[in-house]
Amino acid sequence: MTRTLARSLAIAAGSLLVAASAWAQGTIRLNGAGATFPNPIYSKWVLEYHTAHPTVEINYQAIGSGGGIRQFTDHTVDFGASDGPMTDAQIQAVNGNVYHLPTVLGSVVPTYNIPGVTAQLRFNGDVLAGIWLGQITKWNDSRLTALNPGVSLPDQDIVVAHRSDGSGTTYIWTDYLSKVSPDWSSRVGKGTSVNWPVGLGGQGNPGVANIVKQTPGAIGYVELIYALQNQIGYGLVQNKSGNFIQASLQSTTDAAAAAAAALDANTDFRVSITDPDGPQAYPIASFTWLLVPKQMTDMAKARALLEFVWWAVHDGERFTTDLSYAPLPRHVVDLEEQCLKSITVDGHAVLPRNYRGR
Amino acid sequence: MSRGDVVYRTVLTALALLLPLLLVLIAIELVANAMPAVSKFGFGFLTHSTWDPVRGEFGALPLIFGTLYSSLVALIIAVPLALGCAVFLTEFAPRWLRTPVATLIELLAAVPSVIYGLWGIFVLIPLLRDHFWPVARHVLGKLPIFSGVFYGPSVLAAGVILAVMVLPYITAVSREVLLAVPPSQREAGLALGATRWETVTTVILAVMVLPYITAVSREVLLAVPPSQREAGLALGATRWETVTTVILPYGRAGIIGAVILGLGRALGETMAVTMVIGNRHEVSASLLQPGYTIAAAIANEFSEAVSDMHLAALFMVGAVLFLITIIANTLARVLVWRVARGSAVGSTAI
Repeated sequence: MTRTLARSLAIAAGSLLVAASAWAQGTIRLNGAGATFPNPIYSKWVLEYHTAHPTVEINYQAIGSGGGIRQFTDHTVDFGASDGPMTDAQIQAVNGNVYHLPTVLGSVVPTYNIPGVTAQLRFNGDVLAGIWLGQITKWNDSRLTALNPGVSLPDQDIVVAHRSDGSGTTYIWTDYLSKVSPDWSSRVGKGTSVNWPVGLGGQGNPGVANIVKQTPGAIGYVELIYALQNQIGYGLVQNKSGNFIQASLQSTTDAAAAAAAALDANTDFRVSITDPDGPQAYPIASFTWLLVPKQMTDMAKARALLEFVWWAVHDGERFTTDLSYAPLPRHVVDLEEQCLKSITVDGHAVLPRNYRGR
Repeated sequence: MSRGDVVYRTVLTALALLLPLLLVLIAIELVANAMPAVSKFGFGFLTHSTWDPVRGEFGALPLIFGTLYSSLVALIIAVPLALGCAVFLTEFAPRWLRTPVATLIELLAAVPSVIYGLWGIFVLIPLLRDHFWPVARHVLGKLPIFSGVFYGPSVLAAGVILAVMVLPYITAVSREVLLAVPPSQREAGLALGATRWETVTTVILAVMVLPYITAVSREVLLAVPPSQREAGLALGATRWETVTTVILPYGRAGIIGAVILGLGRALGETMAVTMVIGNRHEVSASLLQPGYTIAAAIANEFSEAVSDMHLAALFMVGAVLFLITIIANTLARVLVWRVARGSAVGSTAI
């Protein structure tokens, strides 16, 4: 595709300039591109890792998940990153030569603005799907009041807000709605952009948050991180066990732990963890992934990349909480170690069998 | 010709040809990338309203409609305002006030569009929703273009923002054009007995619609007392000559050009529009309802467009926008050419 070509040329030209000076000193340079959601933590990791290992330079460009998948497919980057897993067709396009490696977790929360209501509202999948399908149109709808006894909800129109830009947040949200509502699944489905039955589109988390803040009766969804950092209130969501859970870093990690318990050693991690089993699990959460080839060609680069990923999911996880990302549960990291050790260059494993970190 | 001249000429020719070449390349690139969508949806792409990335069904009618509609609203608001500004600045304002005000208006063009967007979200939308609409609904509420519930983000908000954004362009160019009207013409008009205001209106109306101006001018001219008419003729101009061959053609072409310049700006504006229009793939005649524009949709969906068909559909709407811009500019050219045939002075302003 010419467009991608142009972009790749630009990146390549930029890299060449730096690489020319870097090669002389034996520096290894890795290029990655993709998801914007994990960009703050990836940038932090890249910086910290470079400080600890000055010979490795990693350049991550947050161009969006779709762009990350395309660049990865076109082999213009060493690794990609995405909030939504690649589809079977996309994996076919790279001949199956890709691992989805989870790095951190994100979750999405419903936020609302009802004049006169300060109580933290309770939602469940049925109600959320009903609202976003345009079937529940008033705040005092019986399905909402049944979930919120003791809260006096007004006879006010519900104004639905959603993301107008394609986004991993939308993917997680619609993935959840697809799981809990057959109606949603058949009429709308899941994706980074979908055909919204109702609502106003806002650009990015700030766009949605603003529509909610400025419009009486509005409800929208934003990333947990955004809500935490901006002190935006949000509702509780009922999980599969019937508990109403407040989204937090802990309940997000719990969601992953509950879903990961079912993963076997050969997983490709392309699993949706929305609506999981655990009693304390927040139901609207997801991994975000690095896309790394299973078979690589350049041993030095491969080694540097895998060492970096290994470091990120071990030592790097200590930076997650400060930046409001939920860390991976232990079991997922264990499985990921197996994955990393199975990556090869010309049939030779890149990491030694007893590798424990650099 | 010396050798230096030949080299110089060749270089300049090459540079001059580079620009049209670039245009052609852009068009080819757009169409080539849009091919999957073109072959799958064909003409239906322009007439269908469903935009469903999940199922790979794409119809661009809401985007095309929204682009044209919001720009039209912008022009309806901006053109009278801008012409009013231009006339005030050239004819009525005290001399010491002219340059500062003109500079301030032109500064509007220097404000980044994201700032307009923020202003739209925090000031304009609450203003429209909480203060304008509760009053205006009693008067306008029955009109189909003001039907439905008003939540804020809407074609109306986008139109108002765009109007503010294109205002400086139209004002600045119109002002230049009006300044280019020679003093002798003004004097001729005044000599014919018209008040200062009438002279100005005649010029402006001339700019807008020909039959209208002709009728009004005739009324004005018929009302001129014989003694003054003679004074006018003594200045060397016949009545018809003054009105139809001198005042009318002046400025008209230039102002049409100014409006098209504003239109071009409105059609392609992305950031400010997407922040206030509500971003909904839906055709609605009501100004109060959300809409979407081509430029906004491309900016919003391009980076996360995962499927090839989604990408192709975005390229295809891009090509449509390209076409709309070309049509608008061609129309402008034709209008300017037809209007300016008699006197080409105004057309040089664009």
